[in-house]
Amino acid sequence: MPGTVISSPHSARPNRVDRIMLQVLVALLPGIGAMVWYFGWGVLINVLLAILVAVTAEAAVVKLRARAALPVIRDLSAVVTAVLFAVAIPPTLPWWLTVIGVLFAIVIVKQLYGGLGYNPFNPAMAGYVFLLISYPVAMTSWLPPQVIAEHPLTFIDSLRMIFLGAPPPGLAWDAVTMATPLDAMRTALEENQAIDAIRQSPLWGDYGGRGWEWVGIWFLVGGLFLLARRVITWQIPVSVLAGLAAIAAAYWLLDPQTHPSPLFHLLSGGTLLCAFFIATDPVTAPTTRRGQLVFGATIGVLVYVIRSWGGYPDAIAFAVLLMNIAAPSIEQLTQPRVFGHQRISR
Amino acid sequence: MRTAPFLFYQGTQRRLWRFHGGIHVPDEKALSNQRPVEAAPLPRELVLPLQQHIGGMARPCVQVGDRVLAGQRIAEPSGYISAPIHASSSGTVVAIEVRPVPHPSGLAAPCIVIETDGEDAWVERLPPLIDYRHSDPAVVLERIRACGIVGLGGASFPTGVKLNPGPDQPITTLIINAVECEPYITCDDLLMRTRADTVIEGVRIIQHLLGAEQCLIGVEDNKPEAIAALRQALADSDLAATEVVPIPTLYPSGGERQLIKILTGEEVPSGGIPAQIGVVCQNVSTTAAVAEAVLAGRPLVSRLITVTGRAVGEPRNLEVRLGTPAHTLIEHCGGYAEEPAKLLCGGPMMGFALESDRVPMTKAANCLLALAPAEVSDPAPPLACIRCGRCAEVCPANLLPQQMYWHARAKDLDKVQDYNLFDCIECGCCAHVCPSHIPLVQYYRFAKTASWTRDKEKHEAERARARYAARQARHERQEAERKAKLRQKAEAVADKPGDAGQGADKQAAIAAARERAAAKKARAAASGDGSAQRREPDGGPNADASQSAAPRVAETLAQD
Repeated sequence: MPGTVISSPHSARPNRVDRIMLQVLVALLPGIGAMVWYFGWGVLINVLLAILVAVTAEAAVVKLRARAALPVIRDLSAVVTAVLFAVAIPPTLPWWLTVIGVLFAIVIVKQLYGGLGYNPFNPAMAGYVFLLISYPVAMTSWLPPQVIAEHPLTFIDSLRMIFLGAPPPGLAWDAVTMATPLDAMRTALEENQAIDAIRQSPLWGDYGGRGWEWVGIWFLVGGLFLLARRVITWQIPVSVLAGLAAIAAAYWLLDPQTHPSPLFHLLSGGTLLCAFFIATDPVTAPTTRRGQLVFGATIGVLVYVIRSWGGYPDAIAFAVLLMNIAAPSIEQLTQPRVFGHQRISR
Repeated sequence: MRTAPFLFYQGTQRRLWRFHGGIHVPDEKALSNQRPVEAAPLPRELVLPLQQHIGGMARPCVQVGDRVLAGQRIAEPSGYISAPIHASSSGTVVAIEVRPVPHPSGLAAPCIVIETDGEDAWVERLPPLIDYRHSDPAVVLERIRACGIVGLGGASFPTGVKLNPGPDQPITTLIINAVECEPYITCDDLLMRTRADTVIEGVRIIQHLLGAEQCLIGVEDNKPEAIAALRQALADSDLAATEVVPIPTLYPSGGERQLIKILTGEEVPSGGIPAQIGVVCQNVSTTAAVAEAVLAGRPLVSRLITVTGRAVGEPRNLEVRLGTPAHTLIEHCGGYAEEPAKLLCGGPMMGFALESDRVPMTKAANCLLALAPAEVSDPAPPLACIRCGRCAEVCPANLLPQQMYWHARAKDLDKVQDYNLFDCIECGCCAHVCPSHIPLVQYYRFAKTASWTRDKEKHEAERARARYAARQARHERQEAERKAKLRQKAEAVADKPGDAGQGADKQAAIAAARERAAAKKARAAASGDGSAQRREPDGGPNADASQSAAPRVAETLAQD
């Protein structure tokens, strides 16, 4: 007879952490594909480099903590962090910055707090902000979408830029890099240009930056897959998008020449990636349903506030980290009514 | 406390309500409900635990060596909340001793062991109470109690107590729990299919006892044959205001509170009982047992038990005499098909693991479940909680299981109670869906037990503290009284300086007082060690004597 007496339930468990993480990775593929299409091989190189560093770093720290490394690696959470970090950074970021960012995310933000489930901050976003504050120029040098680039980068060019820090032969850095549409919009608005005039540039697509809007839509497709697979619930994505759209719409209706449209905000930068993949990180978000709505909507509003009046072009990482701080309190204040109780007990 | 209706369910005309959460689990009922019910063979030895119910342990009323008949009472209830035990076959009492019993603790407990004689001879049964409608309800209740009927759904609370909610709690609705939402278990299903008329008779008796206006029989819609059989039996009877209500299959709809919510929209208040909102809930098997006790005078000596799981050769339902060892049931069902990963008493969601199949089946046992390795949870160690919140999504009590886990793990009992730990019904939904495979329910059980222990200790410490404070106060008071008297005496002496004439009298009075004190001391010593050892707060008889002497001295002086 079996000797292990463990308390009920005894049923076979249908869910597994590694399967959840794997589905998140699968859902990221369309967006990554679109990024490679528009911004070149550098994206893929960054993803692979980040995964390699993240897994190695996690294994090393877990070993230092005298725990078995394999079960920790196998939960795939480090890979998810690495990929989210890699799609947030510029496609030609020097390799050592990627290494520093990932190490910060995995070692300091995740493992020093106790590993998966114990980190108060989203590791990928904390790593991103760490680099953004320390190396603002490198972190804001993006590529133009390759479809409109004067000098599209080959795979070898991307490798050279990332690992040797050298621009393609015969070209200067400035010739291949470019500000992001959000950055461009912001600079132009500060120069008091009207939006109609700003949008004359070939940098713009139908609603957001050219290429960027499609990247966003492919991340949205992946996000819908996660919703359909019930890996995430609708509360956070919908409230992030609704919060951002609401405040953007209010200002846009006030004056459409100085405030970009809500669709521009939804399809620019990392909005859709954030709504479906970053803000939905369960570890750093509230678990109560009402709390998730508050959390998401506040992120949406903060994104607009920081984009419009803050010091950085995009705001996803800051908004998410700020709300990570607030998550425990939100959770505390939004507890559901327990069965048989008159109202919320606190 | 009505909440918004969610459910308008196709299977019934009745409006139903939805409780929060719940899960769909493979019901696995087809494993065992395809074969007809069989009587389990009479074992050589019956082991009847004295504690087969909630409440006081029954007291044996037979002795080793006694011959007993089937249906004979062999243990008496010990108090109001208790139940008698009856011999489930004829034979000889060979032992009254501690034996392994099916209990989550895995500990042994006192049992009466009967060696059967194979005759299965019955004691003369109690007379049927056919005309119960014109009898005193107390007589019917006493019959139910005398027949040892307890809740057969798993909790085994004495039915006679539950059916007597008292005059200040009028009952409007009787709910018969025929949901059987646990996967694998089909004994209620088979009971309804084969003895629907008995169930309906039981409903009639209980409805009469409670004076309930209506009766709702809740059955999950994965049991269409049972629903049809009950409806047929109901149509054949003249029972009014009773309805068979199919409900959607969703675990744990069979939880008492959940079922009441589904059928009435009302929530039983936290910490309260259903009678507070005018509802009494009875399990369907209990209902049939009540009918047999009242109408046939048959005590509870057997029950239907599902023997199932993929590690069992021929899963089926058996009519089992209470006290039959589990292994004989497995053998009767074709033995083990493979080495079971786990042997459970009860279902996979709320049952408990048995360490051995050499334990007897009791009134509470509705299922013997031998699970093959593929059917049980992965034995790998759990991962960290990723706060995914699936547990909160499925919790039928609308708790926040991940928060409770967090605080239970930290042994922060106050905090975990703040998150309403005691509203947890231990249904196991949270642990079932947990992607990290954390044994959440085990943590909650630990926290509950630790809280009870702590509260008990706190209560005792509180009492000890109060006792100590009272003792201190008494000592202080006595000390103050003693000082006051000494002062009085001193003042009296100071008032009459150098009164030589009366000095002799005074000396005599003091001597007399000393004599009296000595006499009293001697009396105290003579009256035995008992009184001297009694822990008198003021230090024993000596103190008494000296204290009683002092006032007398003062009196004498004052008279001068």
